[in-house]
Amino acid sequence: MGRKAEYSEKQKKGPGRKARKQGPPKFPKKSFAPLDDEDKRLSHRQKQRVAKREQKKLVQKAKSKDKRAQQPRKQKEYHSESDSEPEAQQPVESSDEEVPQLVPIKKQKSNGFTDDNKDWLKLKSKQQQKTRKQQLEDLQEKEETENEFEGDSDEEVENDEAYDETDGEEEQSIDDDNEAQVGKLDDLFDDDDEDQETDENEDNEDDDDENDEDDDDDDDDDDTLPIERANKKLKKRQEQDDKLAQEEMQMSVDQSEVFRLPEPGEDADKELSLQDVQQRIKDIIQVLSDFGKYRQEGRSRSEYVDQLRSDLCLYYSYNEFLMSKLMDIFKLSDLMEYLEASEVARPLTIRTNSLKTRRRDLAGALINRGVNLDPLGKWTNVGLVIFNSTVPLGATPEYLAGHYMIQGASSMLPVIALAPQENERVLDMCSAPGGKGSHIAAVMKNTGVLFANDANRDRIKAVVANFHRLGIVNAIVSCEDATKFRNIMTGFDRVLLDAPCTGTGVVSKDPSVKTTKSEIDVQRCYNLQRKLLLTAIDCVDAKSSTGGYVVYSTCSVLPEENEWVIDYALKKRNVKLVPLGIDFGEPGFTKFRQHRYHPSLNLCRRFYPHTNNMDGFFVAKLKKFSNTIPITKEQQEADEKQLDEALASDQTESNTAETKEKATEATEGRRKALGKRAGKPSLTDVEHDLKKKKLEQSKTKYVAKVFEKPIKVSSKSKPERTLPVSKKNEEESSTASPKVQSKEQAPQSNGNKKQKPSKNEEQSSPQENGQKAKSTSKITKKLSQAPRVDIDELPLLEGKPIKKENKLKNKSKQLGQLKKFKKTADSKSKQRFKK
Amino acid sequence: MKRLSDERTKILFEKLAKYIGTNVQQLIDRPDGTYCFREHKDRVYYVSERILKLSECFGYKQLVCVGTCFGKFSKTNKLKFHITALYYLAPYAQYKVWVKPSFEQQFLYGNHIPKSGLGRITENAGQYQGVVVFSMNDLALGFGVLARSTTECKTADPLTTVCFHQSDIGEYIRAEDTLF
Repeated sequence: MGRKAEYSEKQKKGPGRKARKQGPPKFPKKSFAPLDDEDKRLSHRQKQRVAKREQKKLVQKAKSKDKRAQQPRKQKEYHSESDSEPEAQQPVESSDEEVPQLVPIKKQKSNGFTDDNKDWLKLKSKQQQKTRKQQLEDLQEKEETENEFEGDSDEEVENDEAYDETDGEEEQSIDDDNEAQVGKLDDLFDDDDEDQETDENEDNEDDDDENDEDDDDDDDDDDTLPIERANKKLKKRQEQDDKLAQEEMQMSVDQSEVFRLPEPGEDADKELSLQDVQQRIKDIIQVLSDFGKYRQEGRSRSEYVDQLRSDLCLYYSYNEFLMSKLMDIFKLSDLMEYLEASEVARPLTIRTNSLKTRRRDLAGALINRGVNLDPLGKWTNVGLVIFNSTVPLGATPEYLAGHYMIQGASSMLPVIALAPQENERVLDMCSAPGGKGSHIAAVMKNTGVLFANDANRDRIKAVVANFHRLGIVNAIVSCEDATKFRNIMTGFDRVLLDAPCTGTGVVSKDPSVKTTKSEIDVQRCYNLQRKLLLTAIDCVDAKSSTGGYVVYSTCSVLPEENEWVIDYALKKRNVKLVPLGIDFGEPGFTKFRQHRYHPSLNLCRRFYPHTNNMDGFFVAKLKKFSNTIPITKEQQEADEKQLDEALASDQTESNTAETKEKATEATEGRRKALGKRAGKPSLTDVEHDLKKKKLEQSKTKYVAKVFEKPIKVSSKSKPERTLPVSKKNEEESSTASPKVQSKEQAPQSNGNKKQKPSKNEEQSSPQENGQKAKSTSKITKKLSQAPRVDIDELPLLEGKPIKKENKLKNKSKQLGQLKKFKKTADSKSKQRFKK
Repeated sequence: MKRLSDERTKILFEKLAKYIGTNVQQLIDRPDGTYCFREHKDRVYYVSERILKLSECFGYKQLVCVGTCFGKFSKTNKLKFHITALYYLAPYAQYKVWVKPSFEQQFLYGNHIPKSGLGRITENAGQYQGVVVFSMNDLALGFGVLARSTTECKTADPLTTVCFHQSDIGEYIRAEDTLF
């Protein structure tokens, strides 16, 4: 028979020994760089030993005093008694010791950096000087004593003072010896036994040591004449003196040296190591911290800043554009911390799916799988931070069963700010890959309806998969262009807009952002963001009893994509900013360089890697207080048009870049392409011509766009409330338009371009005509003067578009590696040809 | 979103009955509102009527998913359940199989369950009975059909397959592209 098989495995009774919580690791505030100088603390034992040593010293001093008192008598004894007596030998040593006296001092120098010697180590230079003095004295005395020995009979003639002197010397030498000895012993053995030896023993030991040394020296001395010895010593001393003087010189030079900024052309021919660059960054930051004090004569602050920027770009491999943006955002100390923090990956965090499990249960299950974790923070009751893990967290059975979602700490914030209620209708406009969306559904406990939308059909699959995995049943997933959502459905209680952005806040996740982003990317993003935000606001129902909120978030730190967009929405719609309900993070900017945003923008929150240890993030919460739209319909349409055009132009730019690439591909390897294009109509020459024409057109379009950009920006951004800025902008626009016209020499482009400036005028006219009328003749004078400045700059600008185009081409090449982009481009270009 | 044809409805309910038996009733008559099965691009979705109505705003092409996807009809009109149906199958399942912790990972990679990996099994399950597979700490891992009845399982040697793998939660990762 045998035992009955036990199929049920034993239930685990407690969390187990491993579940014992480990406190979060404490890092020093200066974070992750290895520390240079840790202050070593004495261990308990070491402290005891130090105390004992002190005691011993005291005892020894007392003893030596006694000795001093006894000394004259002893010497007399020595002369009267035989050499064999050990006690009587001491005076011989004392007198002969002068030769090896240097040795212990040297020893102190060599094994100086132990803890025990700390107290006198600090005074290194001083002590050396002291010892030098001593040596000088010693030398004199030694000569004396040598004389003594050579002429034994003279000994009696020595007066008491001489004795006193020698005694003093001897005492000191013994002291030194002892100290050195103790230090040495401590280093070598670190034994308590050594300390426990009696003082007498130690004295004996010392004596023995001295004896040995004496013997050695005696051997040497035997060969050389006294005068030679003296000469040697003198030389030695001189050498040391020189050395010391040099050191001092060096020290003083180091301290007083002013950092010299390299000349503009200097770097080109010099090979710089990364250390050099780092050092220079440090130096420049020091200079900039107190410019008046450290500056080099004749160099301006901007030169230093430029150098710093290029150095930072080199060291952290950013491009100039992004670095200068970052330098505008952060002050120097923060900037360094930000850059440093952006190099390190953020801790891995997961969000418990409250629909399926509780955080404690999940933590228990994961700990059993060998994951070391901790609750994320007080602000969330679903977040867990993972310190390390023996299993892949994206493939544990718990993950697959939908008990948690791998999600950055920062991406939980928008949902917390949104605070969805049960039975509400909520829209997540750009939801892929569904982290925030599923969080919303979890907070709503699967009640109400969640609309998850994303424009990208490939990414929408991830949303569906995640929703199913996490057990979300109240969701409708759609693949719409979010900007057109107001035509499909409105009347939501809450809308979350996690807008597509440049991703400058998540550099640690995706380092390619550092180099690939340019002005045009930022512009593309914020145009889209503005449009999306307006749509989001339109979708919300202000009369909703529980909601009427829009939360806008980006993973970018640039104000263009954050505050500026919000500020724009504040002007165009009946919304106001409300507090997020998150008590950390830094308030949004109310002013940034020349821009002045609405004062309530300080209710937004910015999160940085170096302060909050999460990705760079921006969250704003808007409350819609009226469904009416404050601006007239024409204005609205104009805005729409403007944004559309901006977006379209951006897209054509990217498309042209891609098509251009395609064209080059086609011309280079048409044969190759044939295989791919098998079964498809091949391109005829006519089509090629068409393509070329289009390319040229778009090229010129692009050129114009680059110059038009500031106009657009300014006319859009004109804050009605702040007059001076708007005036400035007017100036800009008026100055920029002649620039454009002067640039446009290509006959083709006329059709396109002529519209643009006039449109701009139209757009700006209804609002700003009044202001223009008000503006005095002064301004008009200014306006008339302004263009001259820009014309001066024109030749510089001429080279730019080509460069940019190349950049774009490269970028599109990178993009082209992604299949989907190619596909879309393919289809688009095909459509064009069909037409 | 369209209603299922009678034929497809029949196929669906037959299939459902294989796994959850008479509990199909509980999927239809729910206290928290009317729920219904709908077909969208050959996929069967189970969703509350309230949500269904709202989803009608979206075009055929734009709508990706509503509620929970149960499975997909093949071209030959056979219904294959997706792992996503597990959300509803697991709580209502009548016949269950538990796998040993050592075999959990194996099952999640799509392997059939041998006798050696079998931790526990419901009594009285016949051959080819649809079962839901659980881990020993009651985590639903997937579903399959029994290769042997319960009684046969007891006498089988360790390497014989007792449960054929049909679907497991590992597919969320393995087959994300083809599932949705």
